[in-house]
Amino acid sequence: MPEADAVALTETDLKRLASLARLRLESSELVVLKDQLGGVLDLVDQLQAVDTRGVEPLAHALDLELPLREDVVTEVNRREQFQSMSPQVESGLYLVPKVIE
Amino acid sequence: MDLLNTSLRQLAAALRERRISSRELASAYLDRIDGLDSRLNAFITVDPERTLKQADLADERLSQGRGEALTGIPIAHKDIFCTQGWLTTCGSKMLSNFVAPYDAHVIEKFAAAGALILGKTNMDEFAMGSSNETSFYGPVKNPWDLRKVPGGSSGGSAAAVAARLAPAATATDTGGSIRQPAALCGVSGIKPTYGLVSRYGMIAYASSLDQGGVIAPGAEDLALVLNTMVGFDARDATSIGRPAEDYTALLGQPLRGLRIGLPREYFSTGVSADVSRAIEESLAEYKRLGAVLVEVTLPHSALSVPVYYVLAPAEASSNLARYDGVRYGWRAARYGDLTDMYERTRAEGFGPEVKRRILTGTYVLSRGYYDAYYLQAQRVRRLISNDFKEAFARCDVIMGPASPTVAFNLGEKTSDPVQMYLSDIFTISVNLAGLPGLSIPAGFGSGGLPVGLQLIGNHFNEGRLLQVAHQYQQATDWHRRVPSLDRTGETA
Repeated sequence: MPEADAVALTETDLKRLASLARLRLESSELVVLKDQLGGVLDLVDQLQAVDTRGVEPLAHALDLELPLREDVVTEVNRREQFQSMSPQVESGLYLVPKVIE
Repeated sequence: MDLLNTSLRQLAAALRERRISSRELASAYLDRIDGLDSRLNAFITVDPERTLKQADLADERLSQGRGEALTGIPIAHKDIFCTQGWLTTCGSKMLSNFVAPYDAHVIEKFAAAGALILGKTNMDEFAMGSSNETSFYGPVKNPWDLRKVPGGSSGGSAAAVAARLAPAATATDTGGSIRQPAALCGVSGIKPTYGLVSRYGMIAYASSLDQGGVIAPGAEDLALVLNTMVGFDARDATSIGRPAEDYTALLGQPLRGLRIGLPREYFSTGVSADVSRAIEESLAEYKRLGAVLVEVTLPHSALSVPVYYVLAPAEASSNLARYDGVRYGWRAARYGDLTDMYERTRAEGFGPEVKRRILTGTYVLSRGYYDAYYLQAQRVRRLISNDFKEAFARCDVIMGPASPTVAFNLGEKTSDPVQMYLSDIFTISVNLAGLPGLSIPAGFGSGGLPVGLQLIGNHFNEGRLLQVAHQYQQATDWHRRVPSLDRTGETA
């Protein structure tokens, strides 16, 4: 487990995060974001000091039993309606820039 | 009909007895919105024609004697709930062209009950914010002082109810987004136990914390709306199936012997003097009503903000990955390859706060940091939840301030995210533990701005919480106070 003093976020780190999150950041945004994210990471770093040995992680507040349903189709086909909301559709297909030459 | 001072129960009775028609009622609220909302910006979408069409259907039903508790009542919905055929933006440019193709479960339930959609209320973008300033549609103004924030993220719902532009409004609460704006706007708001209200069609922010609820003037109004809103839904994997409960059932019972737990941590540091004074006075009122005050402790409560700002951004970064400009929503006008299209679409479609949370979430989930941040936060989440379990062994309800201060100035905290995040210091732990929480008006602090008293109950104790709130509201009239917006023009 790396030490979480990675709070000193560099512009390179930030660019990598932005790329992972598929967010284009302008260079003017980088400076402000670096400071603001640094502040947020300082805040969350308080957690490192807490002794949680033997504590089970809590994913959901209530111990929920996941219900099962009948294995039958419940969705109706609304393909045309859904596709009508897309920025670009042709012949029933969603169009995006070419990914394979 | 005096819209400023009529409860939901009274409105429903007037409708059933045909003393007023649903069309008249809806028109009266639509007129108020038309006259006042240009100053508040509480609504993103109002569509009088559609609302009045629903009113006519409700009138038909009422005339046949088939009216239920909410038949003919106009209800405003936070713009996070999908409403078929209505623009549903979630306060974001990303969804600024999104007309929902289906209804949220909650909307289906209101429709079945014969309630009307009065409009869609403004909110922080994707429910990320504590002041309503992150909305693509501009900030909502606090009806008590137009220079102040209404709180967030359900600021539009809270401001609309406070100004009596709606008799009730739906809202959602991930870290305080119902209770904090209710407090700052001087109205009542309840976030039920996690899982009681279906998340189907409620646009996701942080799924393990998101919960739908209601904002209305008084606790009795909340109970009536909750009766319709709560219910199992197989389309939400965390929906809880429980026998239907009448949340109005306990309202009239006295509070003698009620044990109110006061967490030491909520009364020590960081609460402004005016808020402390109002809270002390409301606790004194509870003592007069027969309650007993017990000191309890929630030792990990200060860690709730850091836990939240790991878990919520982590879940958000995953939930918001769906906005890619391919199937619906915003797409950049100009782009090169596919990655460029994604990156430009998301850069244009999301505002700064959403970007910050996506990046924070991406960071804490990235390889090498997952254990240190995400798992550690989930472990501390259990410690926070355990604190409540121990506290509820000693008391029936926990009370404290809903917000450390009254409403702050527009623009005051926008440049400092961490300061903004600390606005929710008293509300976040309730979401982490999945508990029901309520905020009720408890007097006024500096500048004549409302103070909210927070009531926290054990899981599924909504009925009890509403009783505790209602009994206080029988002895006080803070929840009936209305800002003087329409009398003086500007309140500021």
